[in-house]
Parts: sequence; structure tokens; C-alpha cells
Amino acid sequence: MISLAAGLASSGLRPICYTITPFITTRCFEQIRVDVCYHAVPVVIVGTGSGLAYASLGATHQSLEDLALLRSLPGMRVVAPADAMELRSSLRAALAADHPTYLRIGKKGEPVVYPEPPPFAFGEWREARAGTRVVLLSTGTLLPVALEAAANLAATGLSPAVYSCASVKPLDSTTLTRVFRDSEVVLTIEEHNLIGGFGSAVAEWVVDQPDPVLARLVRCGAGDHFLHGPGEQDHARHLHGLTAAAIATAARSALSRRS
Amino acid sequence: MMAMPGNAMSIEQLDRLAREIRHQLIALSCHAQSAHLAGALSCVDLLVGLYWTCLRIDPHRPSDPARDRLIFSKGHAISALYCVLARRGFFPTEELLHYNEEGSRLPEQPSPGCVPGVEWATGSLGHGLGVGLGMALASRIQRAPYNVYVVMSDGECQEGSVWEGAMLAPRLRLGNLTALIDFNKWQATGRSDEIMAMSPLKAKWDAFGWATREIDGHNLAAICDALAAPRPADTPLAIIAHTVKGKGASFMEDDNNWHYRSPTVGEVERARIELNQP
Repeated sequence: MISLAAGLASSGLRPICYTITPFITTRCFEQIRVDVCYHAVPVVIVGTGSGLAYASLGATHQSLEDLALLRSLPGMRVVAPADAMELRSSLRAALAADHPTYLRIGKKGEPVVYPEPPPFAFGEWREARAGTRVVLLSTGTLLPVALEAAANLAATGLSPAVYSCASVKPLDSTTLTRVFRDSEVVLTIEEHNLIGGFGSAVAEWVVDQPDPVLARLVRCGAGDHFLHGPGEQDHARHLHGLTAAAIATAARSALSRRS
Repeated sequence: MMAMPGNAMSIEQLDRLAREIRHQLIALSCHAQSAHLAGALSCVDLLVGLYWTCLRIDPHRPSDPARDRLIFSKGHAISALYCVLARRGFFPTEELLHYNEEGSRLPEQPSPGCVPGVEWATGSLGHGLGVGLGMALASRIQRAPYNVYVVMSDGECQEGSVWEGAMLAPRLRLGNLTALIDFNKWQATGRSDEIMAMSPLKAKWDAFGWATREIDGHNLAAICDALAAPRPADTPLAIIAHTVKGKGASFMEDDNNWHYRSPTVGEVERARIELNQP
């Protein structure tokens, strides 16, 4: 499918490839690398049911490695929209662009955060909640969990900011510069292995800065292990520590060590 | 409308051209100290048949949307295509001397658009057929009636992705798609038939729903006939071409050492005499 799409795109067409995430990323990674990215043809790859959305179908259907792989490909843009509305805007942007794009989306029926398709641009994140001291950078469909974590923190007197970071590659360096300058703790939140994902990308950005950043980076993501037992997405998120309570605890803990 | 090239050439002239190209290839492998000579030699006649009697191409308009596409999927043997493209006028023949040289346009395995006429960057086997399917399908969607040819190696047919494409092309009724398999019976480390159950190769493509032709891949009359013969309008065609790895120099023929070896100056001279070249 991917090679065929590359052939179509090289002829001036705009193919969209779509199936369950592991089968359109890790399974055919070489086709994406060679036929799409090496040739820089504008194929849009859509992985559905990303992260733990298909938790109940087992690790074969889960995808906690795709961000690491796809963002390592030259020329590939990587986008994980928060909801169906942000998917609409990011798909439009992907189809208007002349480069390959990977859209990492949920399954269906995830909570809709935005009342209408929000403005989207590669390398620009959206503030979902204003705040100070603590910043939650959430990518993909974990945004409602991040907002719940923020509400949880707000109940204890904090006022965290939340950003929806759909554009994983490129990152929003303007927002990163600001939040690492103006706050104390920055948390990344992703339904992906901590190795190589969104948090890793932010960590790479941090160490590449010419001067040390002021805020502390804390990464929330999946552990480096497969899940073996049955269970739905919420259960799988819980096993990987991706709950509002766990994220709020991580934020508070990091903040307390600074003061 | 692009004319069919070289219709006037006789089989004898095509044979002579193939011998010239073989000599050039052998000299080039010595000059560049490059590997994969034997697999390049085995497909020379197929390329001569394609580029001088079949493909509707114009070297002066290499990106013409109406052109026929040839995907050279056995990228390790790209030196054969470079020699053919240079002779067909896609780039200056003198540039071949810079094959495999740092900074040149002729890498040992092709990069995207490295020189005009190279349609796809190959080297990792098993990609060309899928890409060819996409181009052949685009031709139909865009109502641009061109043909797509994919030259593959027999070892390449061990890649699962080849059979995904083989299964899909008849379903898409891609009558403008032709796969040519350079069946030289060897791959990098041994006899292809001993490494995998390759045979019967024709029956496999038959079973997948392709029109098939099995030919002597060094018989230019047979090659031209297979390329020109009437075929079903909506069925892809697989040409299984029986070839000899290292064809053209007796001491290279069917000797798999020449998968990686490059010849000495003395061996180039021996080959020149055998190929009856000035």
C-alpha cells in the first residue's frame, strides 16, 4: 500500500493511507522510509487507534513506538491531533502541504475537546488552558486527561497551563522557549513509550538549547514493557501511569523538589 | 506524441549494441572498482530491447507526463541502466567515467532523480513493483495512457512485498504494467533456487492472475517479440527472462564470484576480445 501510494504521489496525486497504527507504521517502516521519505513525495499516512486505543486487542494492535520511528525519518511531519476537530484541521493542512505527513489519531468516540476545527499549523501548539508555574504539554488524545490533571492541580491551589501539542515534528520552539523560561515545571504527556516519543523530542530540544533552561522537564508516558493481560484503554493507561491523578502527582512532586 | 525509438534497428544491430554496452560495463566496473557487475550483465539485453524498441520516451523531455516509466528495481545493477541511459542520450556518456565517484551524479545505487531517466531510487529489493503499481494506477486515474515497466531480479522475488503487488495488480486490472524478471538463477550468496523454492516461477505469476511469457533473456528477437506482442488490455504481464549471470565474458558467466568482484585491467581486455570490441 505504501509503495503504491508513493507511486501515485510521484505522479501528482494525493493519496491518503489509512489503517490501524502498527500496521501502517512499524510493519511497513521501510516502505515509508524509502519510497515516501527518500523520494519526498506527499503521502499522508493515517494511523488509527494509536497508542492504547485498541488496548483490548493486545500489544499487536497497540502502538507505543510509532512516534519514535516516524519522527526519525527525514522530511516526515508528525501530527497527533487531540480530537476529531483537530484532526479535521490537521488533515486539511497535511493535504495542502507538499511533504509526507503522519497523522497519529485515536480510534473513534474519544471526547471532543474543541467545539469546531481549531486553527492548525505545523510547528504551532494551542493553549488549551492558561496558567502559571506548571505547564502540561499534551500530545494526541490524552488532552482531556491532561485537562483533568490540571483541574486536579487547580483544586490544590495551583494554576497549571495546558497545551495541545498536535505537531510533534516540527515542535513549537516558540512555545517551548516561552514555557521553559516562564514556568517551573514542564510535563510532557503522551500515549507512547518514553523512549523516542514526544517527551524525548522535547528533551532533545532542551539539551540543544545554547543556555540551560530554567524549568524542570518531567516526562509522562508509557513504560518500556508490553501489556499482556486484557483490558480497555483506561485500564491500559492506568497500568502505564497515564491517569490524571498520576500526572498531577508527578507535577506536584517535581514542583516540591524545586522549592 | 513521442515516437517509438529506434524501430529501424535490426536484431543484429541490437545485438551489437548489447555487446558494446557489456564491454562498457565491464570496463566501468574495473574503473570504478564497483561490485554487482554480473547482475548488471545479465539484464543488458532486456534493457536494450526496452530502450531501443519499446519505451515511449524522449531523452530531451525526461519528465514528460506522457512518458513510459521504467522502474529498475534491482538497484544494485544500476550501472547497466546508467550505460543504457547515457547511450540513449539522457546524459553525456563521458559522465559514466565518474560512476561511483564522490560528488558525481552516479551513485553505486541510484538516489532519487540522480540523473534524468532514473525514475525511482532502488537498492532495497522488493519496492519497485509496488511503486510501479502506483504509477500504472495513476495513469488510469489521470487519463494519461502510458505504460509502466518494472525490471526485477529473481532473488528479489523472495521479498513478500513483490507478491503483495503481484496479487493486487490483476485486481486493479493494470494492463499497462509489465514486470520483467531477470532470472539469472543466482543471488548474492548462492543459487536462488536452493535458497528459496523459486521454481516454477512462471506458474507462480500465472497463479496470481498475470499474463506471462517465458523467454530467453539474451535473445533480442524473443525479447522484442514479448514486449510487442498483443496482450489482454486489462491484465498485467510478467516476462520471465532466463538469463546468465555475468553474460558476455566466458570467465564470468554463471560464476557467482562476480556478484561482488570487479575485473582487473587484464580481465577487461579478455572480455573485450571475447565481445569482439575494438
